[in-house]
Amino acid sequence: MSDLWMHPSVFLIIGALLVPFMQNPVVRRPFLMAVPILTFLQVMVVNSSPGTFGVVNWMDWYLTFGRVDQLSIIFSFIMSLMCCVGTLYGLHNKNPYEHMAAWIYVAGSLGAIYCGDYIVLFLFWELMAFSSVFLIWFRKREKSKAVGYRYLLVHTAGGLFLLAGFVLRYQATGGDYSFGQLDVDHPTLYIYLIGIGLILNAAVPPFHSWLPDAYAEATVTGSVFMCAFTTKTAIYAMARSLAGFDILIPMGVCMALYGVVYAVLENDCRRLLAWHIISQVGYMVTGVGIGTALAINGTCAHAFAHILYKGLLFMGTGSVLYMTGKSKFTELGGLYKKMPLTFIFTMIGGLSISGWPLFSGFVSKSMIIAAAANSHVMWASFLLILASAGTFLHTGLKVPYFIWFGKNNCSDETWEKAADPPLNMLLAMGVAAFLCFTIGSYLPFLYDMLPYQSAEFHPYNAYHLAETLQILCFTALGFFLLLSKLTPEAKISIDLDWIYRMGGRLFLWFDRKVLQTIDNGVGMIWTYCGIYPLMTISNFWSWFDWNGIDGVVDGVARSVRGLGGQVRKIQSGQIQNNIYFAATAMAIAIIAYVFA
Amino acid sequence: MIVSIIDYLRDRLKYVNRICYVVMAGVAVWGSLVAYGNHHAHTQIEQLPFFWSIFGFLACTIIIIFSKWFGHSGVMVKEDYYGE
Repeated sequence: MSDLWMHPSVFLIIGALLVPFMQNPVVRRPFLMAVPILTFLQVMVVNSSPGTFGVVNWMDWYLTFGRVDQLSIIFSFIMSLMCCVGTLYGLHNKNPYEHMAAWIYVAGSLGAIYCGDYIVLFLFWELMAFSSVFLIWFRKREKSKAVGYRYLLVHTAGGLFLLAGFVLRYQATGGDYSFGQLDVDHPTLYIYLIGIGLILNAAVPPFHSWLPDAYAEATVTGSVFMCAFTTKTAIYAMARSLAGFDILIPMGVCMALYGVVYAVLENDCRRLLAWHIISQVGYMVTGVGIGTALAINGTCAHAFAHILYKGLLFMGTGSVLYMTGKSKFTELGGLYKKMPLTFIFTMIGGLSISGWPLFSGFVSKSMIIAAAANSHVMWASFLLILASAGTFLHTGLKVPYFIWFGKNNCSDETWEKAADPPLNMLLAMGVAAFLCFTIGSYLPFLYDMLPYQSAEFHPYNAYHLAETLQILCFTALGFFLLLSKLTPEAKISIDLDWIYRMGGRLFLWFDRKVLQTIDNGVGMIWTYCGIYPLMTISNFWSWFDWNGIDGVVDGVARSVRGLGGQVRKIQSGQIQNNIYFAATAMAIAIIAYVFA
Repeated sequence: MIVSIIDYLRDRLKYVNRICYVVMAGVAVWGSLVAYGNHHAHTQIEQLPFFWSIFGFLACTIIIIFSKWFGHSGVMVKEDYYGE
């Protein structure tokens, strides 16, 4: 196998390079579907033989591109599967460069998942950031440009933290660059730096603001890809290296609640879903922090389920945006008559994320909550259940209600344009909805892939069912009783990105008003105290040189020249005259010497 | 067909609501019976009757009221706040 080992990312990268040349209508769609399907099949082939492959000797390092183990198997499977679903969803999209960016982005994610050392991880980590930014820029709004640059700057900063951590670790351990479990019981500076780099991509507060900013602004297809890959690749990397790092438990719980609070305030449906990514990834971060076999299984299971139901939700709301051009609740409403299939699929996504029995969230989220309770971290367990009520409140109730029911805020134009999206988009939503249901209803599909098979978990017991149904039913009761308080407002909410968005402006103001004033002042002082005196002194020396030194030198030269002229007159050219003058001069010199 | 079913239910909203209330009451009672003495409950408080029903309702209420208070305390601003 090692001789023939082919990295699945290669298929995507070659496909991405070829896609601009595949614009013929006959080959375009088959080609677009063939590339992710071949990648998925290659992932299945690669995953069938666990081990270490693709080791390349470069300079003094052995770079590992293919570590296939239980953790990489489950993540690579879902990533490549989501690539197929996402590409199917974007099949109508005629911009080849958007497919190119999406596939390179997925290639980066698969590369990070299969890598065995920090050097390769960093390479693919950056590939993800620099390819995914195009999924924002291709929205081509004026705002998209600024959002893309903010996204890039934040991720570049995160990458630098990661790099700094790797380098310090390399030095501290005497050359260890393997990507594995860190000694989180004795955290050092490099562990914190690596941790910051990873949690930034996982959107853990206070490093989270890039996520709602970017995902709400990405293209319709772009957000479907983005919601799946960046945060979940980060969760994979954290599960690989930071399992059992206690500090992640409070961070994850805060994250789960933080996203819920901001989702209440949100008027943009895609931005609301982005806030709920933060909330849901909070469960996974908590799972990594707990670090037990059940918790890591729960983290993997929830990441797996999350990729599909969040993708489905972004596909549903993306379809609304694609068809109507609107994504704000204050500009939508009552669309069930116009987009019934989209409503059904989005509702399945909502039920899945909310953890309704028979749907995927029920069998994944509860594993992390159970792991917290089994580890006697009861406060985390209860707060995560509280956050799950908030999840149903927004994603299961608020989103469907204010888009498909509620007050119809659609303009005539919006209402006219509203309809279920093209067939490929519906098919993609259908596949994702089917998988959400399958995961929740047929446990071996997901549970047989989990990394720790010894950690058993049985979600379908009477107590868990009763607990979940009570929470969900009475959350729904609260929603309808407090419906008036949830009426969307055409406003945005200030978040921690205020610091760098307004901070950037403050920096520019400081630069223009303060630094530039100081610079001008220093320039004036230098002109009056430095340049003018120097010029005066220079002018004097110039005058002195011209009239003094040059006068002496020139005077000597003129005297020599005059003397030469006089001497020339006495040279008649006759030898006897020359001898006469020479003898006379010699006699005068001798007499002068003798009598002197 | 989907639209017809939804319209049918919306036309009979009063009955739909009643069915929902009955289902909720049933779930709450069933949940209380199941919880009593169940080894899956991690704490004693979870075995109290209607514990998770009250928890779900209070969780929803607290999230909405706290978030709205938080939003209206200066966090929610005009859409052109950043000049975009």
